[in-house]
Amino acid sequence: MLIFIIKRLFVLFLTMLCLSFIVFSLVTIEPNLKKLALNQANMRMEEEAVQSWLEKNGYKRPILVQYTEWLGNALTGDFGYSTHFRKPVNEVVWPKLWHTGILMFWVLIITIPVSLLIGIISGMREGSKLDRTLSIFSIITTSVPQYVSGILFTIIFSSWLKLFKGVAKAGNITFENFTLPVLTIVLYDIGYIARMTRASMVEVMNAQYIRTARLKGMSFISVVFKHALRNALIAPFTVIMLQFPWLLTGVVIVEKLFNYKGFGFLLVSAADQNDIDVTLACGVVAVILVLTTQLISDIGYAFLNPRIRFS
Amino acid sequence: METINTFQIWYVFFLQLTPVWISLLITFSALFYWRKYLGVLGHLCNSRIGLVGLFIVLFWVFGAIFADMIALFEPFEQSGMYRRKPPGVINSKVGIPYIFGTDTLGRDLFSRMFYGSQTVLLIAPAACVVAYVVGITLGLPSGYFGGRSDTILSFLANLVLAFPVILLFYLLVAPGVRETILPNIMAGVFFLFPIIFALMVVYSRYSERINVLAPSVIFIFLIGAWLYSGLVFNADPLGLVTIDPNELNIFAAVVFASSPGVFRLVRGLTMDIKTRDYVAAAMTRGEGPFFIMIWEILPNARGPLIVDSCLRVGYVTILLGTLGFFGLGMEPESPDWGSMINQTRSYIRLVPTIVLPATLALASFVLGLNLLADGLREESAKD
Repeated sequence: MLIFIIKRLFVLFLTMLCLSFIVFSLVTIEPNLKKLALNQANMRMEEEAVQSWLEKNGYKRPILVQYTEWLGNALTGDFGYSTHFRKPVNEVVWPKLWHTGILMFWVLIITIPVSLLIGIISGMREGSKLDRTLSIFSIITTSVPQYVSGILFTIIFSSWLKLFKGVAKAGNITFENFTLPVLTIVLYDIGYIARMTRASMVEVMNAQYIRTARLKGMSFISVVFKHALRNALIAPFTVIMLQFPWLLTGVVIVEKLFNYKGFGFLLVSAADQNDIDVTLACGVVAVILVLTTQLISDIGYAFLNPRIRFS
Repeated sequence: METINTFQIWYVFFLQLTPVWISLLITFSALFYWRKYLGVLGHLCNSRIGLVGLFIVLFWVFGAIFADMIALFEPFEQSGMYRRKPPGVINSKVGIPYIFGTDTLGRDLFSRMFYGSQTVLLIAPAACVVAYVVGITLGLPSGYFGGRSDTILSFLANLVLAFPVILLFYLLVAPGVRETILPNIMAGVFFLFPIIFALMVVYSRYSERINVLAPSVIFIFLIGAWLYSGLVFNADPLGLVTIDPNELNIFAAVVFASSPGVFRLVRGLTMDIKTRDYVAAAMTRGEGPFFIMIWEILPNARGPLIVDSCLRVGYVTILLGTLGFFGLGMEPESPDWGSMINQTRSYIRLVPTIVLPATLALASFVLGLNLLADGLREESAKD
């Protein structure tokens, strides 16, 4: 088990290095840097002046040198300076990440129980009427992306019924303005996790030991709770953890849609405004979040599944 | 301003879609008539969910094909007098109603919805096909041989899959990137794979019969070089194959994001299937590894691959919509669904119906694909 964790950690660091390098080289491509030069120094600079500005600020060095320098700074906690906010990146990114953290918290706290429940109920009796209804419900929710459901919700609940607000202000969270963003992300994610849970539940319910337990006279409910659930919930655990890159996409869309100034909103606006240091920091933070959840999912899977733990 | 009522709106709608209804009728009668000879597609007739999915998907396919006949107005035709009008307002100059209303530049939403389906239904399946060819060409040998190259390829695939999709697109589909040669390099690499795959297919089948092998290899190289020059360098000597830099950029990014998923799927299926008896039998017969991969393993992996391809086209459609929603990549005038949503969503407080055509079109097409995938999965599980 220890060797397994060490191996995973090694792969994780390698992946992190590669990904941060890719992000770095894609953010600092030449057209972006030229735009930055024009923005920072003088809008009407000649090509030569742009080149000398780049030379002066060290953007002309080999990319590996620049990357190592940036990595060194980042590891000591210095992510650079935001050209748009005119503040150090650290002061910009972390508060926004906190706002998104709150949003994620509510999303997960609703998504996980609801989707597991739907998955278990529909997987318990495969092919029953309830199973079919719930399956179609899950298919519908996975077919409607956040930018569609979010807009439809705004029309129905905000413009028409006037129940909730169509804009969510970060830092001022009320039931009125927070419901729609959360609902939008939750709805898209529920379907996927529920379908995975259902598939895993169906597989377990068809296993031999479940039949044995039923034949020896245990009631259906206690078979489900005592035997099936433990084995059926291993797969959804991984799925929930691996949902993270998708969840992040959903968060970016929803934050843009509802004007919630969180991490996703920052990422998008930094990329649009060519704020290089902020884009880099956001990209790397996103990558680290995703990879960490993957690691947890890998280790957790091995930990939960005795077939892997003891082999 | 003259308007028509709801009933008349739907009457015009059904009338305009006549070519679609006729094509659907023909297709479905053919499907039911020959269902015994159509394999999985014929089995689909037993699944109500699958049929509904097929109906929706074909509706949009025919809608895209007949968009010119269906549309009431030109997709880019603006009119200053009729801006942000609700459904049913009649353009008094030509006497034609805007049955789904107009957007903020006075363009007909109904017509744009069907012209938009052309963009989506061209790029999404095409990108999926290329992603599939890339994934199969790399996944088959990777799963079959294993070893170090498999480790490296799997690591690379995981690398791409660990990227948050939205970040990837913000980095890869940007005006800045289009000024570099990066999209061309990516497209150059991806479009090599169809040629490699075709060569693999021909070689594995005819490696002993040089009189068939040689002409087909030359043929593949000629066709491949022609398409390659048009798609990657935009320099087709015949001038038939061209692609917009914007579209190439989007295309390359979508293929880049989806092929690792296909690779993982194919690799897993190959590792599973290579332990079967018929593969062992082929080995005993003395067949080469490429023959076994392409003619024994790949056909037997078709079930999960077909189901996954339906889901993947749906997912790519959502991705394209996301790109449009963020105003990335597509041309500003483009009538694709994502851009339409982006252009209209600021006005939902004034005219709530303004976003409905694009959003419902996108959601219904993806729903159709997902239902179709579900039906196919159920029917192929019964085999």
